[in-house]
Amino acid sequence: MAEHQGSYTPSSPLGKWVDERLPIIRFTKEQLWDYPTPKNLNYWWTFGAILTAMLAIQIVTGIVLAMHYVPEASMAFDSVELIRRDVAGGRMLQAIHATGASMFFVAIYIHLFRGLYYGSYKAPREILWMLGVLLLLLTMAAAFFGYVLPWGQMSYWAATVITNIFAAIPVVGDPLLQLLRGGFAVDNPTLNRFFSLHYLTPFIIAAVVVLHIWALHVPGNNNPVGVDVKSSRDTVSFHPYFTMKDLFATIVFFIPFAWLVFFAPDLLGHPDNYIPANPLVTPPEIVPEWYFLPFYAILRSIDFSILFINSKLLGVIFFGGSILILFFVPWLDRSKVRSGTFRPLFKPFFWLFVLNFIMLTYLGAQPAQGIYVVLSKVGVAYYFAYFLIILPLLSRFEVPRPLPASISESVLTPARS
Amino acid sequence: MATDATTNPTPHAKRRDFLYVAAGAVGAVAVGAAVWPLINQLSPDASVLALASVDFDLSSLAPGQVVTIKWRGQPIFIRHRTPEDIKSMEAVPLSELKDPVPDSDRVKQGHEQYLVMIGICTHLGCVPLFDQGMFRDGWFCPCHGSQYDASGRIRQGPAPLNLVIPPYKFVSDTKITIG
Repeated sequence: MAEHQGSYTPSSPLGKWVDERLPIIRFTKEQLWDYPTPKNLNYWWTFGAILTAMLAIQIVTGIVLAMHYVPEASMAFDSVELIRRDVAGGRMLQAIHATGASMFFVAIYIHLFRGLYYGSYKAPREILWMLGVLLLLLTMAAAFFGYVLPWGQMSYWAATVITNIFAAIPVVGDPLLQLLRGGFAVDNPTLNRFFSLHYLTPFIIAAVVVLHIWALHVPGNNNPVGVDVKSSRDTVSFHPYFTMKDLFATIVFFIPFAWLVFFAPDLLGHPDNYIPANPLVTPPEIVPEWYFLPFYAILRSIDFSILFINSKLLGVIFFGGSILILFFVPWLDRSKVRSGTFRPLFKPFFWLFVLNFIMLTYLGAQPAQGIYVVLSKVGVAYYFAYFLIILPLLSRFEVPRPLPASISESVLTPARS
Repeated sequence: MATDATTNPTPHAKRRDFLYVAAGAVGAVAVGAAVWPLINQLSPDASVLALASVDFDLSSLAPGQVVTIKWRGQPIFIRHRTPEDIKSMEAVPLSELKDPVPDSDRVKQGHEQYLVMIGICTHLGCVPLFDQGMFRDGWFCPCHGSQYDASGRIRQGPAPLNLVIPPYKFVSDTKITIG
């Protein structure tokens, strides 16, 4: 960034007056317009902008939906149906918000796996990465609270199963469970507080996004070859080069989003959520939303005990550990080379990890019996082995391919594998 | 020198340190006292706690029948067991059980035919289904595949414990109060 010093000179007396009091125009010009961006960023790097757009869409549609939604157990289900049938344009608003959650996770997972492949978590971007994992957790919480609000059977039983996870904690588990639910079972108090928290979390997410972008702008972007920016020849200004690239990618991303909203708003939902919540009957099969399936598969694959830890607590430990382990990736992968492109051994293990994640997604939707249980255990074993065994060992024994001298060189003479 | 200052603090610096710690401690207590009601409001309110007991008349229950009633918002399974079920459950050796409890401890003495349990899987809280699993006249949880026997004891699957027996007593030969 040193090469791009503040290029803003106020052109009017008013501009100068504002700049001396609140340099907001200077800040925008330096951090958005002229922000030096590696010129080799590919389309995998557009998902940050896509996620920002999705967050904005969820907040805006959410605020207007809250003007019609009633967070009360006997009316919540009907109020969502009322939004879909009677509220002017409500069919679209509800579909955008519900489908938007799914598209949000599509973008999050691509963004996350891009970081894992290109080593974007490595020094000096550890805090940037950890803030990203925190954002993943917060988004999962927001999605979970939101899924409970329509108060259908899947909503109700998702709330029951997920709050029950906390009951696995020794000693404080049961009082904590009652505290979370505000009763002995999931009921109206639970719905009320989940609505409050669902409204709150997006604003916490927005605040952490600001920190995430701040942490990005200190070291600057990583890039597909993973070598540091060495001179101003390696970068171009963010605007118009990447504003346009991000805008184009966002529009392409909106095509499947729009298709779902217009033609298949319920495709990704579960039909049982059109049955109003009933505390006395569990649906024959409980399946979470698709974006939680890999973690759900991990949770229920643990049906054995280790020492004094029973199967329930152990499942919860694996479930939580599968996300928390991401915080430690910068210190598990010690390889000096960032980009997976130059790591011949890392590459097959990485793609196997992606396939394994997709397999766990599939298994999370299957009944917990027979071959599915065995495959889930294999999947869980590889998930953790990738982080705890493979990444640390690779960084010791792998011989990486030679890195290009600079970003410019890699662009002018593309390295073919 | 800086090291002199830390090894030989002047009395003045010592007093200042004490004030910092004291002010910090009082501040922490004040914050804790302010946060506590914000957390405590989450607990079940008085109207929820007021629904703490229900009565049920068992005389309407035929042998082999099972009903689900609601207590504190939770399903309660009440089953009138058949003599064969009682006999087969009493015969199960404790070594076969994950959470070993004899059948006689799951019912009230003299009322062995009535099994009263909270109908919530001890794994993650789903409501198990009657007579659908591997155990005859037992329960099966559809969420994660836990199997309970005709005494409501966990036999297979991820659940760690037997179905919970709520506090209840016989107020007459055919009437129970739960809670």
